[in-house]
Amino acid sequence: MLLIKNGRVLDPAGKIDAAMDILLDGQKISTVATPGKIPQNKDTEIFDADGLIVAPGFIDLHAHLREPGQESSETIETGTRAAARGGFTAICCMPNTKPVNDNASVTRFIMDRAKSSASVRVWPIGAASVGSKGENLAEIAAMKQAGIVAVSDDGKPIATAKLARQVMEYCRSLDLPVFEHAEDVSLAAGGVMREGVTSTRLGLRGMPGAAESICVSRDVQIVELTGARLHIAHLSAKASLHQVRGAKQRGLPVTCEVTPHHFTLIDEDVVYDSRFKMNPPLAAREDREALLAGLADGTVDAIATDHAPHEPALKDVEFDRAPFGILGFETALALALEQLVHTGRLSISRMVELFTAGPARVLGIERKIAAGQPADLTIFSVDRSWTYSVTESPSKSRNSPFSGRTFIGGPVATVVDGRFVHKM
Amino acid sequence: MIHRFRDLLALEPLTADELGFLLDQSKQFQEIQRHPLKKLATLRGKTVALAFFENSTRTRISFGTAASRLGADTMNLQAEASSLKKGESLLDTVHVLDAMKPDCLVMRHAASGAPDFVARNLDIPVINAGDGTHEHPSQGLLDALTIRDRKGTIENLNVTILGDIQHSRVARSNIHLLTKFGCRFNLCGPAIWVPRELEQIGPAGASIRRTSRIEEGLEGADVILVLRVQTERMYEPSLSTDDYILLYQLNAERLRRAKPEAIILHPGPMNRGVEISPEVADGPQSCVLEQVTNGIAVRMALLFLLISGATDDGSQLAEEPQPARTEAANNKESTHASH
Repeated sequence: MLLIKNGRVLDPAGKIDAAMDILLDGQKISTVATPGKIPQNKDTEIFDADGLIVAPGFIDLHAHLREPGQESSETIETGTRAAARGGFTAICCMPNTKPVNDNASVTRFIMDRAKSSASVRVWPIGAASVGSKGENLAEIAAMKQAGIVAVSDDGKPIATAKLARQVMEYCRSLDLPVFEHAEDVSLAAGGVMREGVTSTRLGLRGMPGAAESICVSRDVQIVELTGARLHIAHLSAKASLHQVRGAKQRGLPVTCEVTPHHFTLIDEDVVYDSRFKMNPPLAAREDREALLAGLADGTVDAIATDHAPHEPALKDVEFDRAPFGILGFETALALALEQLVHTGRLSISRMVELFTAGPARVLGIERKIAAGQPADLTIFSVDRSWTYSVTESPSKSRNSPFSGRTFIGGPVATVVDGRFVHKM
Repeated sequence: MIHRFRDLLALEPLTADELGFLLDQSKQFQEIQRHPLKKLATLRGKTVALAFFENSTRTRISFGTAASRLGADTMNLQAEASSLKKGESLLDTVHVLDAMKPDCLVMRHAASGAPDFVARNLDIPVINAGDGTHEHPSQGLLDALTIRDRKGTIENLNVTILGDIQHSRVARSNIHLLTKFGCRFNLCGPAIWVPRELEQIGPAGASIRRTSRIEEGLEGADVILVLRVQTERMYEPSLSTDDYILLYQLNAERLRRAKPEAIILHPGPMNRGVEISPEVADGPQSCVLEQVTNGIAVRMALLFLLISGATDDGSQLAEEPQPARTEAANNKESTHASH
């Protein structure tokens, strides 16, 4: 039994924002009651959350755990330890491992490794096409049986409109969302950052924002044909957000996520340091403004990290040669507080929704604090000052542009299945 | 004045004063190029590492000659012969070079920003000898020196750059240098090679305009910088050469649009009959060979300043002759007083 006392319980889905005590009994929430009302015996472990916020367990819709195949950059064990430190209780891992998670045996391997070594829940995403090559459909039904929660060819888009249509038709019948890495690869080819004055000044090959929004437009039209659930991953461009907003207004099942780095940084921040290289690239100032508005007005459904570890040997190279992607788990909540809450753009409740009920809805599940629900909680501070140092990260990689940054507020404790997987 | 920067990675961050100082320093070394005996002992005992990770003939020879005329030794790394082909990372390669204890690293690389990346990881001064489509600072300086020699000033001139500006590091270095002296730029070439973002890369208030019509681009020019068509840097389907010649070749007839005393620069290597007609290339307005000579002077000045500055023992130099010594010392005094 674990009793979380005196915290401010903030649960957007359950419409709770009050001082409450929560009793966890094994894997389930047993009781939620006003402070002091839950009887405790001497076997009850007590956590005093006075001054802290207690939220439903955070879900990350977008992460790369690199296992199997690239264990020198990350493993399920190290990645989920970093996730736990970041306050995440469940993370969706993308299929671009080696081999690609495009069949049930790879899915089962990931599930087994998670069972034996993960600190938090691991929900695999299966490839949409065999090898994510964009040719033939992967064995999506078998992977669903093995545990996938969505499909995606992340790292690249579903190659053609025709294949996207097939994937969506099929996933609609299987009731799985399709996560799209939206990119017109011909327009983005060779690009290493967003096209604009900064890319021109730095002499770095640019990709226009339209490379993303053209693909979003294609996919939204295929949703109109198929009725499938489409989720736009790491949305970065104003024009893409406009497409998603329009689709939602027409009642289409289209959702999207935004990463902390895209709502924090812009292309003007890019220097010749590969920790500023990700795909989609850091966007223009006006794109960031649009994302901030979308996070506030409900157009954006979730904050997702796109945690993308790359070991130093791969990442510490010339900007052009470096792989795309940065670490995300441990700074996501702190960046959300810094950029969204402390600036007054979002309420804390809305921010929590973007980490909990929002991503849950994308997956078609519930996330709230109530008796009988899974005992997953994220406990965080909104006022403790701390400095992120990537050298202390359990991740095997060090590719964060936020190392050394001082934050106000961040994760304090993470509970999965009624047990602490992280406690400061 | 003394340079603010330990390295020379780009002209963009330098002020007009600093750029003017570098040009003044170069002037001292220009005189040496006219001497029958050109070798100084200024950097005797020093070693300059030349690491060219991208093919280069003239810039590598120019830096090598500059080092040798200052009395320094050189070590040469060329990509083809290096272990890069065997999979060694850039960082490992330059650390190996560094372990041979050179006093300065001159590097060229196909990736924009590679010299910045290396400079962050090394203690010795790094000179960028051209990085990707970013900058070519010593070329920008030698172009400015050439303009100043011919026109008497680098202030408030009309400068036309002709060609593939998007992929040109020479164009960027020229823009960053000359806009700080009030020069107005006309960027002229096919629209795909002259994106509108180029109008905004200069300092606030800089006059940078674009045109895809060569007659308009050359109108009233004091200086014409003709660029080589760089097929090796292009991703787009390339413009046909015939079309390029038809629309953009600088020939005698088009040259008449410019001011009569306009001068023509070309960073080389030149594709005669493509971007420039032979008669213009060899005509009296062409400065291409002066550019080459001035290149050595500029590179001597850069090596001298960065290496002698790096010793930091106050004495700077020992041997004669030392054309740059007096002025450098005087300027250093005044900088300390004013900053």
